[in-house]
Amino acid sequence: MSTDIVIEAEGLTKSYGQAVAVDHISFTVGRGEIFGLLGPNGAGKTTTILMLLGLTEISGGEVRVLGFNPAREPLSVKRRVGYLPDSVGFYDQLTAADNLRYTARLIGFKKDEREKRITDALERVGLTEAADKRVGTFSRGMRQRLGLAEILMKGAQIAILDEPTTGLDPHATAELLAIIRGFKAEGVSVLLSSHLLERVQSVCDRVALFSGGRIALMGSVSELGREILGGGYVVDIEADGAGLPERLALIPGVSGVERTGIGKMRLHADRDVRPEAAAEVVAMQGRLKYLGVQEPSLDAIYTRYFESRPDAEMSMREGERDAA
Amino acid sequence: MQREGSAFSGLGVVVLKELSDHLTSVRMRVLEWLIVLVALAALYGAIQQIKETTAEDPFLFLRLFTTSREPLPSFVSFISFLVPLMAIGLGFDAVNAEYNRRTLSRILSQPIYRDALLFGKFLAGLITLAISLITLWLLVIGLGLLLIGIPPGSEEIARSFLFLLVTIIYAGVWLALALLFSIVFRSAATAALVTLGIWLFITFIWPVLAGAVAQIIAPPDPRYLALGLPTPATAQMEQILARLSPSTLFAETVVALLDPTTRSLGPIYLSQLQGAVLGAPLPLTESMLIAWPQTVGMIASSILLFVIGYVTFQRQEVRA
Repeated sequence: MSTDIVIEAEGLTKSYGQAVAVDHISFTVGRGEIFGLLGPNGAGKTTTILMLLGLTEISGGEVRVLGFNPAREPLSVKRRVGYLPDSVGFYDQLTAADNLRYTARLIGFKKDEREKRITDALERVGLTEAADKRVGTFSRGMRQRLGLAEILMKGAQIAILDEPTTGLDPHATAELLAIIRGFKAEGVSVLLSSHLLERVQSVCDRVALFSGGRIALMGSVSELGREILGGGYVVDIEADGAGLPERLALIPGVSGVERTGIGKMRLHADRDVRPEAAAEVVAMQGRLKYLGVQEPSLDAIYTRYFESRPDAEMSMREGERDAA
Repeated sequence: MQREGSAFSGLGVVVLKELSDHLTSVRMRVLEWLIVLVALAALYGAIQQIKETTAEDPFLFLRLFTTSREPLPSFVSFISFLVPLMAIGLGFDAVNAEYNRRTLSRILSQPIYRDALLFGKFLAGLITLAISLITLWLLVIGLGLLLIGIPPGSEEIARSFLFLLVTIIYAGVWLALALLFSIVFRSAATAALVTLGIWLFITFIWPVLAGAVAQIIAPPDPRYLALGLPTPATAQMEQILARLSPSTLFAETVVALLDPTTRSLGPIYLSQLQGAVLGAPLPLTESMLIAWPQTVGMIASSILLFVIGYVTFQRQEVRA
């Protein structure tokens, strides 16, 4: 096994009697990589995570975390892996620092090292001021950050985050994602799960899209975009000027122009044709109000992928609605 | 294949954390005051009674525990009533509160086994109960010294100390039961109600029911009935059934330990009494022998309850 691969799952399966929660999934996570497990609630993301941590029995398949088997060597795995559960809880009557102290004692850090690690971790997540406040008074965002502080304090090589951004306001989400990027900068691998595609798209190096216990799609967002949406670029223009669509259609590389509204057009092209399009509008003395190229979005990828499978897409949409 | 590492790593940490939680909790303070006040009332009644009635008694000090004065029950009855309540109060939300606070999966993702968490919680509860009971015991001994004015003999101290140990064991049974239901039921309220219900049934209803069930299993012999005597087989069956309840076991142990004249806890035949000096006290070791099976029964039932809880907990999903 290569040293650059920290998590390796092969045909991982979890079934509860007849019901199969996770159905033969295989994936790898490299060192320093941010890997996203995305999909609706109930798609098997949390179950997969619990199997990686040895917190639930594996029904079939092989999994290695840092070379250890979580089912047989759970302590070795848990010593090196930090876990932030879905809507993490702390002991409300204890202070933030005391909560971390308890965990640090369970891990087995000596007193001096413990205090230093706790102080550092709280500073990294911006909770130094709140260190001696009871967790009962914390907002949801602060709790999530305290959860990340616990992983930092642990000095984990892998951080597993289950729905870290759920229920957070945009500001708290941005803070959290910044801390997660900080993990990557230190060479810590991050495995995060989410049902909110757009939010995590920006941080993930690679994603696995779950559907009904299987991995439907896997790869980097741009790879998936090319694969599923086709290699083309989509440029949106809002401008006025008679005969503009016809002129735009003549730009080399543009394969089609569609009108999407009054004065709004969408160009399909095999390259980024924004400069030429802008030049055309200016040349016609038209007024250019908007010009933009669509980045491949996970939402678009997901929607396009499941267009051929209405059932799967339906369950995806329902999952998202439930979560909202 | 043997699992890696010790099942008890982290046990000490869990015990200390749980212990400090117990000792600082409001619930614990309420329970302690309840016990102290009730015990003082019983003790006061007992001392009044002793002062009025007893002229000469070699085990005067032990009477502190067993004497009652209307309308109050004796100290021992109060204890056998309140200790289960206290144990249930400490244990009913031990595990399900961790689920509901969503701390369980976070704690279990640390390098410890579930064993350490569960055993730590049981041990911390038991230590808390032991601390309270030892304090109470010292309080009683001190008050007895002050109010009666006669120092207790060494055997009296030994007997009352054994009584203390047995009480702690008895508390362990109820703690294990409460812990079991805190694992089985996700809702703390359900767990508390079910545990209290079982306690009420076992302590108050079962002894009555045991007599009725015994009459069905081993119907009384009409010849004994004609003489107005209990049928031995029926009496024996009733006792066997009644002893399924830890409350019965505790009551019997306490009688054997605190009343040195107790010669047997079961039915006794006239032939067995030949040559016995009735009312003569037994030596401490003999009383211990009489109480031993009951004590082992209580230890066994707490282990059994704990093991059932342990197996359930190991197989439980940690996701909230």
